[in-house]
Amino acid sequence: MISEREVAKTLTLIERDPLKAKEIVSKYPERDYFVVGITGSPGSGKSTMTDKLAEMFAAEKDVAIIAVDPTSAFTGGAFLGDRIRMRRSSRRKNIFIRSMASRGAVGGLSPGIYDAVEFLGRVGYDIIFVETVGVGQSETDVVNLADLVLLILAPGSGDDVQMLKAGIMEIGDIYVVNKQDLDGSQKLLANIEATLKLSGIHRDVISTNSVTGENIDNLKKLIQSHLTVLSQTEKLKKNRKDRYRFNLLNTLFSIIRTRYKKTEDLEKIISFYANKEEEDNGSKEN
Amino acid sequence: MENKIKVLVGKPGLDGHDRGAKIVAMALRDAGMEVIYTGLRQSPEEIVKAASQENVDIIGLSILSGAHLKLCERIKKLMKESDIEDIPVFVGGIIPAKDVKKLKEMGINDVFGPGVPLKEIVQKVKEAVK
Amino acid sequence: MFDKDELERIKKQRKKWEEKFVEPTIKKFPERKQKFETSSSHEIKKTYTPLDIEDLEYGNDLAFPGMPPYTRGVQPTMYRGKLWTMRQYAGFGTAEESNERFRYLMSQGQTGLSVAFDLPTQIGYDSDDSMAEGEVGRVGVAIDSLDDMETLFREIPLDKVSTSMTINSTAVVLLAMYIALAEKQGVSPDKLRGTIQNDILKEYVARGTYIFPPEPSMKIITDIFEYCSKNLPGFNTISISGYHIREAGANAVQEIAFTLADGIAYVEAAIDAGLDPNVFGKRLSFFFNAHNNFFEEIAKFRAARRLWAKIMKERFNVENNKALRLRFHTQTGGSTLTAQQPLNNIARVAYQALAAVLGGTQSLHTNSYDEALGLPTEESVTAALRTQQIIAYETGVADTADPLGGSYYIEKLTSDIEKKVMEYLSKIDDLGGMVKAIEKGFIQKEILNTAYEYQLNVEKQQEIVVGVNKFKTDEDTEKEILEFDPEVEDRQKKKLKSVKEKRDQSAVQKALEDLKTAAKKEDNIMPYVLDAVKNYATVGEISSALRDVFGEYNEAIIL
Repeated sequence: MISEREVAKTLTLIERDPLKAKEIVSKYPERDYFVVGITGSPGSGKSTMTDKLAEMFAAEKDVAIIAVDPTSAFTGGAFLGDRIRMRRSSRRKNIFIRSMASRGAVGGLSPGIYDAVEFLGRVGYDIIFVETVGVGQSETDVVNLADLVLLILAPGSGDDVQMLKAGIMEIGDIYVVNKQDLDGSQKLLANIEATLKLSGIHRDVISTNSVTGENIDNLKKLIQSHLTVLSQTEKLKKNRKDRYRFNLLNTLFSIIRTRYKKTEDLEKIISFYANKEEEDNGSKEN
Repeated sequence: MENKIKVLVGKPGLDGHDRGAKIVAMALRDAGMEVIYTGLRQSPEEIVKAASQENVDIIGLSILSGAHLKLCERIKKLMKESDIEDIPVFVGGIIPAKDVKKLKEMGINDVFGPGVPLKEIVQKVKEAVK
Repeated sequence: MFDKDELERIKKQRKKWEEKFVEPTIKKFPERKQKFETSSSHEIKKTYTPLDIEDLEYGNDLAFPGMPPYTRGVQPTMYRGKLWTMRQYAGFGTAEESNERFRYLMSQGQTGLSVAFDLPTQIGYDSDDSMAEGEVGRVGVAIDSLDDMETLFREIPLDKVSTSMTINSTAVVLLAMYIALAEKQGVSPDKLRGTIQNDILKEYVARGTYIFPPEPSMKIITDIFEYCSKNLPGFNTISISGYHIREAGANAVQEIAFTLADGIAYVEAAIDAGLDPNVFGKRLSFFFNAHNNFFEEIAKFRAARRLWAKIMKERFNVENNKALRLRFHTQTGGSTLTAQQPLNNIARVAYQALAAVLGGTQSLHTNSYDEALGLPTEESVTAALRTQQIIAYETGVADTADPLGGSYYIEKLTSDIEKKVMEYLSKIDDLGGMVKAIEKGFIQKEILNTAYEYQLNVEKQQEIVVGVNKFKTDEDTEKEILEFDPEVEDRQKKKLKSVKEKRDQSAVQKALEDLKTAAKKEDNIMPYVLDAVKNYATVGEISSALRDVFGEYNEAIIL
């Protein structure tokens, strides 16, 4: 394995240039690894959950964590504050934690994150946890990135009900009702199970307390069983291929957006087609 | 393509006064930087490990408890052992003038006392990172 | 309070004033600012009249000093009977050095002791712990065991002084040591007078010396309430603090709102633990900041008193008048003092102290002018004490109670602040109470936003700091400050080692085990802590035992 310092420096290069990143990553041999996406609304306890799970898996495997936070659309800056909730993990030698800003990526998962994941997998990390922003589209995008998605919900975080209604139900492989000691968690659990039943979707649902650790080892077992199934079928390899294709598309779009930062160019293209359509419609009406 | 300045802002030691550190973190973010805020009660080991893994461009430490000499000494030593001693380090807080000299001798790049405008800090960070 | 016809006449006169006098003047001399505001964004008018306080009722809203709702002061004769306690916060290095400083201040006329502890002591680490490296004896005195307490109070009779201890997470340990020490001096606990800060909620949002999570911390606090109710009836068991919240960046309204909200949480916890608010309510005390905006500060203190009395009466059905009283200690705002041109700070502290006195404080700490440079020298701390003595003996302001009562401006500000505070309290109730509000990060966000806005305003020159962003001078930055003795840490470690060698190790072990058992069973831990300290168990050992049972709090970062 290359040194941690090399990993850190390479990740910076990868983040900076999505095209170069692909070159860098291709230098390392392909390898089997798992990507576990952890998503859910702010306040649901994602970071604490990631911290605990990473620590547990690190007993047998090398673990990496990528914690994603949103880049401010106004200033371009970002506040990366998830690491602070992962103190236990940050103390372990075989856990690598990296904070990444979404950098304006639509859906919160920039090309850099995809490349970073592939890189970390290739240099020797067996399980890569990606903790997403948890607002807006990133919940759905994480499906393209992860082999397994944990959707963390907690009573009182606000938009659990919205989530249930907005059809986000398909994205999670495992639904985790966290903070089971709080009022409303039983109700939330019941709501989720009912919604799943109505939709005819079968998913694993489990309730936990990421602060006290209650039931987390069962969650770990559940995750483990999912990952085992993935590696036994050809799903893991297929996921990686799909991920790569999606990454290329994502990169392409991100390059177009950056190159065409001057919206006048895009405006021209749009108005050209808009006018053309008007003309066509106009001639139809005549 | 995307060259963002990455800054680590943290409070080593037991000091719990984080108004300054948080405000500086906000100002740096509003200036377009990516700020890893590591919070209170960081051991020198934790700070150096974070700086290394995150490959930050600059480290910002906030110390108001008077323990700056001991803490900075340990941090610089650990930075050397972790092969990140080329990352510049800024220190902010309550630092008596003669300790400023000692800190600079240790390799601390700049020291900011009370009353320094945020604009100046942002500017100095940008310059240090070039 | 005013006659209706008189109010009409004043209204007419005001109109005339605005049209015939103010307008032409403004045309020639525009006002210095677009908007004049207090720290909490109250707009300040050109001048105030009875019209601004027409709904004020003397009997209900003001009353007399010593009568509910205590707007005009908590004692009937206020400073005519007894001046506020001049209580300078002190403590550094080892117990010997601090003991010397205490005896010096008392010889200079200080009337109460206020102890500052170092960070390891406050956060439950012994002086030989790796977390304590570099911090021993820095921001206060290092106390590891009862042995240090004995040295700290040598030649200071505990039945003759009132001692305030700024200690929170480890308050239970330090209080136990104080009681044990008193016993050795032959002083019975019911004779002890003083205060422990013991306010954990503000630690989570403004000060940072928390150890355990909120729930067990609240339990420890109510254990202390219960124990002291029975055994130390003269001791203030909590100093519900707004000082630090203000220093963290809050404005005057937020300072009062968040402090009273903390108070409400503590009262609720105590009632849930089976205590009678009519009894423990008498021993609650508060701690506020004396900040720059002179009149806003005076109004703030008055609003706090009136509102707390209402809260205790209406929300908690307290009947004992003494338990409705908001008694408070004040410290002048440290964060307002500058490193540049430090002598300016003497004037700042004087005005802030004056505001506290006009606001009716029960005790006062004035900061030293070298506050922004380091720990105070003997000279600067003496000057700070003299500031108080000059106010007390030379200005005449202490000769009548609530001298600014009835001022149109002050009464209007008092009512406005009260209203805004109530809005916050309502919001906090909606969030589920103060503990929930803190867990959700609401309080922290409010404070930080105000702090950030203030800083941006300073940089835009909308807020002036004399000597810093205006009226600057080139100055030599090397100033004489208190030298910190680097040998302190080693000396303390040696002492700790010798204490550990001399004590009965197995008695300590048993005491710690018993403590853990009691903590797990949710018994009152005070007697067990007392037993442990008497056997010379250390602050670190006791805290460690409790950490095993309660766990540690993890900071929630919300920016």
